[in-house]
Amino acid sequence: MKNKLKYFYSYTPLIVFLILVLFFARQLILKEDPSELPSVLIDEKFPSIILSELEGYKVFSNKNLINANGPSLVNIWSSWCVPCKVEHEYLMSMSNNDNIIIYGINYKDNKAEALKVLDLNGNPFYAIGADQDGMQSINLGVYGVPETFIIDRDGNIRYRHVGPILEYDMEKIILPIINKIKQERL
Amino acid sequence: MIIELGHFLLALALSLSIFQFLVPAVGVKFNYHSMMKSTSIISYMSFILVLFSFLSLVYAYITSDFSVSLVAKNSHSLKPLLYKISGVWGNHEGSLLLWVLILTFYSVAVAILGRRLPLKLLSLVLSCQGLIAVAFISFILFTSNPFVRIFFPNAEGEGFNPILQDFGLAIHPPFLYLGYVGLSVTFSFSIAALLVGKVDTIWVKWVRPWTLIAWVFLTIGIALGSWWAYRELGWGGWWFWDPVENASFMPWLVATALLHSSIVAEKRDTLKAWTILLAIIAFSFCLLGTFIVRSGVLVSVHAFASDPSRGLYILLLLVFFTGGGLVLFAKRAPYLKSGSLFKPLSREGALVINNIIFASAAATVLLGTLYPIFIDAINNSKVSVGPPYFEAVFIPLMVPAILLCAFSPMLSWKRAIIDNIIERIIAVFICSLFLASLIIIIHGGSASAFLGLFLAFWLICGTLYEFLIKVGVKSSFKTFIQRALNLPRSAYGMSVAHIGVAIFIIGVTVSGAWRIDIEKPIILGEKIIVKDIELTFKNIKKVEGPNWNADRGEFEIITSNGAKHFLYPERRFYPASQVNTSEPAIMSGIFSDLYIVLGESLQEEDSFAFRIYYSPFISWIWFGILLMAVGGILSLSDRKHRLGYGLKQV
Repeated sequence: MKNKLKYFYSYTPLIVFLILVLFFARQLILKEDPSELPSVLIDEKFPSIILSELEGYKVFSNKNLINANGPSLVNIWSSWCVPCKVEHEYLMSMSNNDNIIIYGINYKDNKAEALKVLDLNGNPFYAIGADQDGMQSINLGVYGVPETFIIDRDGNIRYRHVGPILEYDMEKIILPIINKIKQERL
Repeated sequence: MIIELGHFLLALALSLSIFQFLVPAVGVKFNYHSMMKSTSIISYMSFILVLFSFLSLVYAYITSDFSVSLVAKNSHSLKPLLYKISGVWGNHEGSLLLWVLILTFYSVAVAILGRRLPLKLLSLVLSCQGLIAVAFISFILFTSNPFVRIFFPNAEGEGFNPILQDFGLAIHPPFLYLGYVGLSVTFSFSIAALLVGKVDTIWVKWVRPWTLIAWVFLTIGIALGSWWAYRELGWGGWWFWDPVENASFMPWLVATALLHSSIVAEKRDTLKAWTILLAIIAFSFCLLGTFIVRSGVLVSVHAFASDPSRGLYILLLLVFFTGGGLVLFAKRAPYLKSGSLFKPLSREGALVINNIIFASAAATVLLGTLYPIFIDAINNSKVSVGPPYFEAVFIPLMVPAILLCAFSPMLSWKRAIIDNIIERIIAVFICSLFLASLIIIIHGGSASAFLGLFLAFWLICGTLYEFLIKVGVKSSFKTFIQRALNLPRSAYGMSVAHIGVAIFIIGVTVSGAWRIDIEKPIILGEKIIVKDIELTFKNIKKVEGPNWNADRGEFEIITSNGAKHFLYPERRFYPASQVNTSEPAIMSGIFSDLYIVLGESLQEEDSFAFRIYYSPFISWIWFGILLMAVGGILSLSDRKHRLGYGLKQV
């Protein structure tokens, strides 16, 4: 009897290990990207934030998002952020070709530098607000630039995109969500 | 041409490793002595092939041969020579090749030092090492080949993650791998013992030093990694409980348990099945660590190269080796003869508790590290487990281990009588209580600071007291010296390592409790006072490095005794990879570190965001870890642990 028990116990490490392997295999097979960060703000109202003016551009405020005619994007960017420069081209394309309204939040930036970038590369933004010390963007849970939020007609956040929007992201992620929002209530 | 030769040699090494696995296995099965004897030669040849293959890759890095894809991706012609060489293992493919190089090196070491081992045992160990080599070399050749060429080479190379361009980190992977792979030797010994079905004294005498070697390297490797994180990541922290850090910490915890259980196995001929299980688990944690780092199943700041398809292969390796080892264990362990009995209150008993604590600690770290995977699987939500969990769970677990550590060496084997040591425990208790209270009363501090200091003093007093008793307190000075000299080095090793733990605890406690953080904008010329140190922001200018340019701030530091120093925190930009890094400037001292990080330039002219940390005693953390490693080396140099000692008579 005692020996039988001993025999059984000696299998426990193996059993524990096999259970672990099941979890690993699931994680691997699903191939989910663990770095994807869903926002806690999804389906919540865009938080109220107060931004300052960037000379020569309309100021972005929460009012823009209320009673909007269609979906819009809020893009957080900076002149010192290299991925933002890469992303800029696609923002321009969405603004010009797809007629999407994009609002910009200029994050922890030097205003002169920011203006220089817009002069040089074009302005994809309908309105821009500057968040110089980054305090306002805390409400959005921003932890790095660039980040982009998709906002629906009612001013609710529908999607959060972390990192630059590249061609793939634009075609396969951002535009489909925008189109879906457009078709709601039509 | 040379790189093709390296590729070819590695393929050749694969076929030799298959022989290294098969020849002794067949030899043991049919009892062919000549086959068993030839295994050593195969392992020498296999090592030489892998060595030359590795050198060919080093050559490609040194000559900046950017037609080799790996070099093009990870090196740059402007990189200093040291970092060109360390670039060989600064990436997935090259680091695996280093792994295999160390593995074959250890096989050779086992073959040479183990000439006096029973032939059957030695053959099985080398066969198992051969099988591990087969798995890893084919992993390299089929999924992560470092010798692939590209057809349109770039003139410069894409650079190298600049944050990795650091001396501490350049030598961190080799040490870590020497530790990881060292545990493969104890694993192979365990498998061989299970196959032979006999765990005797010879076996234990062999496992102990190999565990020590692996443990020492692992300890130094982790210390280097933590030292790098402290100096490079720019947060003034030294441990972040990141999955990749945990991946090296878990094998260390298990190896520490193994180190202590093998003492019992050696001295008292008991706990043998447990020691074997620990050896299997320790190596499994090394494989698991590789899996976590390389597969991308967990988010980590250190995930420099991850790829899920490789993850699958490593998972299969893990299933094969760990699963196979555990099946063998389950089948054979019940038939191992159990050794001598002991009372709960005895040295064996204390070491068993040590083992339980360290094994649970490894399990808690494992749980915390993998928790995001479990939760995702169970209810599909994303969580991340951070330092608060680990601190809340890990520290309480370690407290009893430290309490035990001070007096368990005073317990006698088999059966200890509490009356004999109770006086000593009380003396140590009063002494450490007094010292810790004294410091808290003078400097003020929280309860946790008090606890940390108390534990450190408890351990120091207990270890010193035990040492004094061993050499005899009441004897004359001459006999005192005589007996001290006659003590085995392993006794010194233990004392030094335990004192190292105490010093580590002091470093952690004091740097945590009395640390000063300042985060604010500083204008050029502004003066700041931290504790009794005066800092003046003197200057900022642009400087050029070999493959970066930087803003370099200049701080004049005047310490309390009037000495003047200069610190130069930098914010570097690496054009090749378009990355900004901050190079903190650190004034390290025995009793405190001053740590300055230069941040972004702010709106107003001449104003910059700075982070300044004043951390007292923080260097004691690494000094303590280093002492632990020194203790391990002392113990290793003990005559009776020297490999092969005492086997002539057998």
